Amino acid sequence: MTNFKLTELNEQAVQYIAVGAAVLGTGGGGDPHIGKLMAQEAIRKYGPVRVISPEDLEDDALVVPLSMIGAPTVMNEKIPSTEQMTKPLDLIEKELGRKVNAIMPIEVGGGNSLVPVIAAAERGIPLLDADAMGRAFPESQMVTFYLDGIDCSPITMADERGNGVLMHAIDGVWEERMARAITIQMGGSASICDYPVTGAQVKQSAVHHTLTLAYEIGKILYESKDMRQNPIEALLKHLHGYALFHGKAVDIRRRTEGGFTRGEAVFEGTDAQKGRTMRLFFQNEFLLATEDGQSLAVTPDLISLLDQDTGMPITTENLKYGARVTAVGFPCDPKWRTAKGLETVGPQYFGYDVPYVPIEKLTAQKGDAR
Amino acid sequence: MSHMNLSNNEEIYRIGVDVGGTNTDAALLDSELNTIHTVKVHTTRDVNEGIIESIRRLLSESNVNPAQIHYAMLGTTHCTNAIVERKHLGKVGLIRIGAPATTSVPPLADWDDTLKAAVGRHAYVVHGGYEYDGRTIVDLDEQEILDCFMKMKGEVEAIAVCGVFSPVNTSQEKRVEQLAKQVFGADMPVTLSHEIGSIGLLERENASLLNGALLNVIAGVVKGFEDALQGFGIDAGVYICQNDGTLMRSEYALRYPILTIACGPTNSIRGAAHLSGLNNALVVDIGGTTTDIGVLSQGFPRQSSAAVEIGGVRTNFRMPDILSIGIGGGTIVRADAKKDQVTVGPDSVGYELLKRGHIFGGDTLTATDVAVKLGRYHWEGVQADELDESICRRADEIITQDIEDAIDRMKTSADAVDVVLVGGGSILVADKLEGVAKIVRPDHYDAANAIGAALGEVSGETKRIYSLDEMTYDQAIEDARSHAINQAVLAGANRDTVQIVLSEDIPIAYLPGNALLVKVKAAGRL
Repeated sequence: MTNFKLTELNEQAVQYIAVGAAVLGTGGGGDPHIGKLMAQEAIRKYGPVRVISPEDLEDDALVVPLSMIGAPTVMNEKIPSTEQMTKPLDLIEKELGRKVNAIMPIEVGGGNSLVPVIAAAERGIPLLDADAMGRAFPESQMVTFYLDGIDCSPITMADERGNGVLMHAIDGVWEERMARAITIQMGGSASICDYPVTGAQVKQSAVHHTLTLAYEIGKILYESKDMRQNPIEALLKHLHGYALFHGKAVDIRRRTEGGFTRGEAVFEGTDAQKGRTMRLFFQNEFLLATEDGQSLAVTPDLISLLDQDTGMPITTENLKYGARVTAVGFPCDPKWRTAKGLETVGPQYFGYDVPYVPIEKLTAQKGDAR
Repeated sequence: MSHMNLSNNEEIYRIGVDVGGTNTDAALLDSELNTIHTVKVHTTRDVNEGIIESIRRLLSESNVNPAQIHYAMLGTTHCTNAIVERKHLGKVGLIRIGAPATTSVPPLADWDDTLKAAVGRHAYVVHGGYEYDGRTIVDLDEQEILDCFMKMKGEVEAIAVCGVFSPVNTSQEKRVEQLAKQVFGADMPVTLSHEIGSIGLLERENASLLNGALLNVIAGVVKGFEDALQGFGIDAGVYICQNDGTLMRSEYALRYPILTIACGPTNSIRGAAHLSGLNNALVVDIGGTTTDIGVLSQGFPRQSSAAVEIGGVRTNFRMPDILSIGIGGGTIVRADAKKDQVTVGPDSVGYELLKRGHIFGGDTLTATDVAVKLGRYHWEGVQADELDESICRRADEIITQDIEDAIDRMKTSADAVDVVLVGGGSILVADKLEGVAKIVRPDHYDAANAIGAALGEVSGETKRIYSLDEMTYDQAIEDARSHAINQAVLAGANRDTVQIVLSEDIPIAYLPGNALLVKVKAAGRL
């Protein structure tokens, strides 16, 4: 990778990040379209947003992640209000008795990658080039801060009516339960600040430079199209990822369990992979890819589906019969490969009875990396 | 045919007219939907002239008594063109029922300036809206709405109303319509978003605005068609084609012109289904410049699941899932001096084929020349002797490969599919294609679109979120089905012929009560 680092977000950068975040969203995290429009509108109104790196932070700086919690379907209909995007910030500043120095995304996958831009633009606070997942995951405790034992409280939430909530949870798992219940009462979609962290904690525990990563992914996908390069090849080369499978969706099954969309999709191989079959299992995000019962990639490593022609990412909700895709995989942040990381987001947590094996090893075993 | 008129049970006919970019096609069908006659005329600058000419020829060549034509159907690209060219669009005032929610993205946020200027800048966000389960977020503030109407007065020709979760609860949108009629009079057209699209506020709002902007365009189309029919003594029920392959009564079309967008490909697919007798197949429609491939699923075109952009604006209403590639009868074939490199297209001589094609004395090698040279088609009075056979063979391989690839992309499984070939350019295609079980080349293949228009199925739809805490999955689906069937009957379908043609359900993530978005479409014959 290059040494490029984002220093400012303008409308164009937002466009790139939206696409990159959909790739890092691994099929979930919601369509970033609304997040993109919200961020672009905020930049039009308040000007470009300054982006800072974790290494630029003072150790005692106060950094607050800001995101939306709830159903992406609801957010695409009941679009948030501008006030709703700053209210949790106000509440947390009041509770902690000090000003926030930087805002960060909690996850760099899907719409939440761009949600903090609105508050950063409106308040004139810098946005931090880091997140707490390096991808997207469905539950509140699935953040690197949780792995490092960082307190998720105080937690603040808001809806569009003006309701605000201040909450203390003993850990991320309890936060998930309580915040989810409040979200339902707030109409299925709410804004939330959790895990207020210090600069030192960010340096130790966050996944760094992920907005830059999303930006670069988006830039590659847009520019390779113009330069008549194969976008998927360009992407894999740049990110040291692996092409897992080229195929066509032939069967998709979805069911709801506990408010999540779970299911599996079956792909038949095309071109050189004719006659082969891949299965992809998901709970909002793609979590496990297998062929003949053998794992190709396993959560928490990243699995994304890209349109074979354009390289553009395909979400679990938009995947349809006949879609021509290339499944790609990327190694996750090393924090997820620790014992606690795998306990939190490994295959067993999601109910898949397979061991976690890093994607580099799986691909080397198969002998056809990239 | 004329001797049949002597019987007491007089035959009843129907005509379908499909206006395309290059040609206007017309077809005459009897009550059993047999094709009696078809004609093809050039689409004229004033589209109505082409329509009139096509009907004139249809009547004179078939000798059918105009009084026996009881149904007339029109498929038109007027509305698509109006949006793309930003011409003849009316000014629309928008009321979004959204505040205090939705304020972070204003209306028209993703519209380009030329389209914004054409449709107008009277867009307001007022208080109101519902939650996903139909609960009220906040009540309407009627004075606030009346104030917005005052600002629009005299500057808009139509009103569009779009409320948060209006597909779940329609009351607030309907109340705003009443207020609009009070202020502007009963004649002011009002588009309610829940009648246009499903969940996805901005996309539904965009579609509603475009709908309002197209009202004048469609009024001209319908009047022109009705006048033309009257001029020939045809007293028929008039229907306009929608983009899902079904029809709407002209009164309905006058209110929902946006639904006519992109009906051309669906008419071809429906016509191909009828002519071939197949219900599940790929339809390959080869014209002068492009080949459009659609999927015929249970007699109807498969719908695209992606958000659809029209004139650069993202909308969420139904569209056929069509793959277009740049191969047609006029596609230009090039060979370099050494003759070992041949390229095909993507450019085309288009409507100038009969002037520029080699076999017609022109200087351009086209896909049609190749087909004639390889003996696939004989064109009266022309010959292709002087064309280089090896170049033609190489070009044919490329054309075949491109079409095979495109077919493969649209398949839903690796199994070989049946392919129905329609359109004037279908002569290009070889008799065998990789991955294809059977190629059907039906009679009247070059007027499949007009025949599709004339078939006359009308539909009804349900798009609703159900909570599976309150009912079983089967009950939810049953409720959606019976609602869709009733809607189809309301639209004019004969209840005995109504069938469910599409049924899908998508669980909604992160909502309690196992929320399920159910979409069902039913269709039946007039």
